[in-house]
Amino acid sequence: MSELKATSRDLSRHSAGRHDPPWVRFALIAITVAVIGVLVIVPVVAVFYQALAHGVGAYWRNLTADADTRHSVLLTLAVAPIAVAANLVFGVAAAWTIARFRFRGRTLLTVLVDLPFAVSPVVAGLSLVLIFGLQGYLGPWLRAHDLKVIFALPGLVLATTFVTLPFVARELIPVMEAIGADEELAAVSLGASGWQMFRRVTLANIRWGVLYGLILSSARATGEFGAVYVVSGHIAGRTDTMPLRVEKLFQEYNTPGSFALASVLTSIALVTLVLKVYLERKTRQELDEAVIS
Amino acid sequence: MSIRIENVSKRFGRFVALDDVTVNVPQGELLALLGPSGSGKTTLLRVVAGLEVADAGRVHYEDEDVTTRSARERNVGFVFQHYALFRHMNVFENVAFGLRVRRRPADDINRRVRELLGLVRLDSLQRRYPSQLSGGQRQRVALARALAIEPKVLLLDEPFGALDAKVRQELRHWLRRLHDEIHTTTLFVTHDQEEAFEVADRVVVMQQGKVEQAGTPVEVFERPANAFVMDFLGNVNVFQGRVQNGRAQWGGLHFDLAGDGHHEGSQVAVYVRPHELEIERSANGVPSLRGRIERINSAGSVAKIQVSAAEFGVDLHVELSPERFTELDLRRGDTVYVSPRRARVFAPEYVI
Repeated sequence: MSELKATSRDLSRHSAGRHDPPWVRFALIAITVAVIGVLVIVPVVAVFYQALAHGVGAYWRNLTADADTRHSVLLTLAVAPIAVAANLVFGVAAAWTIARFRFRGRTLLTVLVDLPFAVSPVVAGLSLVLIFGLQGYLGPWLRAHDLKVIFALPGLVLATTFVTLPFVARELIPVMEAIGADEELAAVSLGASGWQMFRRVTLANIRWGVLYGLILSSARATGEFGAVYVVSGHIAGRTDTMPLRVEKLFQEYNTPGSFALASVLTSIALVTLVLKVYLERKTRQELDEAVIS
Repeated sequence: MSIRIENVSKRFGRFVALDDVTVNVPQGELLALLGPSGSGKTTLLRVVAGLEVADAGRVHYEDEDVTTRSARERNVGFVFQHYALFRHMNVFENVAFGLRVRRRPADDINRRVRELLGLVRLDSLQRRYPSQLSGGQRQRVALARALAIEPKVLLLDEPFGALDAKVRQELRHWLRRLHDEIHTTTLFVTHDQEEAFEVADRVVVMQQGKVEQAGTPVEVFERPANAFVMDFLGNVNVFQGRVQNGRAQWGGLHFDLAGDGHHEGSQVAVYVRPHELEIERSANGVPSLRGRIERINSAGSVAKIQVSAAEFGVDLHVELSPERFTELDLRRGDTVYVSPRRARVFAPEYVI
């Protein structure tokens, strides 16, 4: 690691010593700032501006007066945590499997873990309908047992879990690989049970990575639109999550209501961003320590 | 607690890590598993610890068959090559770990950890984290942690491998003294023959998953069982000779054959250690090789001299005591006569 650090320091010294003409630097900075300004800052500010255009009172009313809007917030607050919890269990298990065992198909599994990022959320939603919908493969069976997945909470959870599946696993695989299995073996040889080893050694070593993965997946889970759109059936007051509600209010020309709810989503995103930066530092420390010791 | 390893074999895919290995370790012994990398010594240690499952064979602690016991049940102290200290626990907690998972009372834990930190002389560092310790200190924490559970056996995987020469030397002596104090049956893995000889009561030399020889350091060094052991335990000069009249012959020198099985006219390898070669200024009747001094390195506890015997097409490595070196007053380019005081002859089945 000391070597690695030395090289990266050398590199930075290198680039600092390079003399790009001032106009190049100026142009690059200007382009970056302009693009970020137009594509990121202006829209975000506009959301809050529109939401608060008629004052705080109107803003609050827009958020709370409409029963369907209230329900959409509660629905998202129910769906996202379930999806995130599923993610936590799956992510830790998948990372453990991939980082600790050598088996045939390991590389394929690593690729498959990433698949939900590559597939369009709409396609993911459609495939769920194909399986769990009334005309789908499991449709007759579900109907016989009086179970509803599509156009109901289970469908929303499935769709959200699918699109957020890779977050925790992707975060943990490199951390667990860098840390290695020796500490875990040491714990076992000292008499720890499987659970004691996991809790006192493994989890303690990867805790920041886990938290980071959870933050990312809850941000995505809260904001997911495409996959949820397909499976929800947009039944106001029943299967509309926050993003779906935002879209519906907008389509109904209720711009103030739409932007008020959008500002809530944006705020969640901003909080996530701050947490993300903080946790990123912590996980990098975890990785660094793994490489040093 | 004695350890009996019987006919243990282990493969990783096609690679044979252990091939029918049998080793006995009596109670209280400090035994070194010595061999080049890939010889299976670490795998054997892990099988003894229960961290690896053997494909065949059995492991006994005393009279108890522990082959199917997990590492957790075996109550062994294992010290990993890179220490494997718990990075998020301080020194005290690292040492206390084995006691905490056994749910010992807090008072007992405090007392025992203090005692051990005293033993490894780290009392003052108990609040430090592993990343704040030097390599030697980490090593001692790892050892204290392993000893905390009062293990029946202590297993060390290349315990000094990652340390610099000076610290290594100190820790070797320290380990030897520690063992003399606590008398726990101890196995340690090393690829360094000097380390094995200095620390261990007995040495097991391994190669390609097999035990080549087991014995005290003096036994294996003085009476190596085969060419591999001879070659692995220090520098050697190797000559390709031939059996004639019941003796090995090479370059006008004759060597006695040890044992039978050498056929008249067959090829043999003659091994001579550098310190077993004598240098003279004149031939004076003794069968010897004439050569020219190519290099002299007289720094250190012995003088190392390289002699080129052009007639025979070999370079000889000779080691002389400083006194003898001064007496002879050797210079580069001098012509000298080299004769072996002692040699070992092996059938040349072993190829380096």
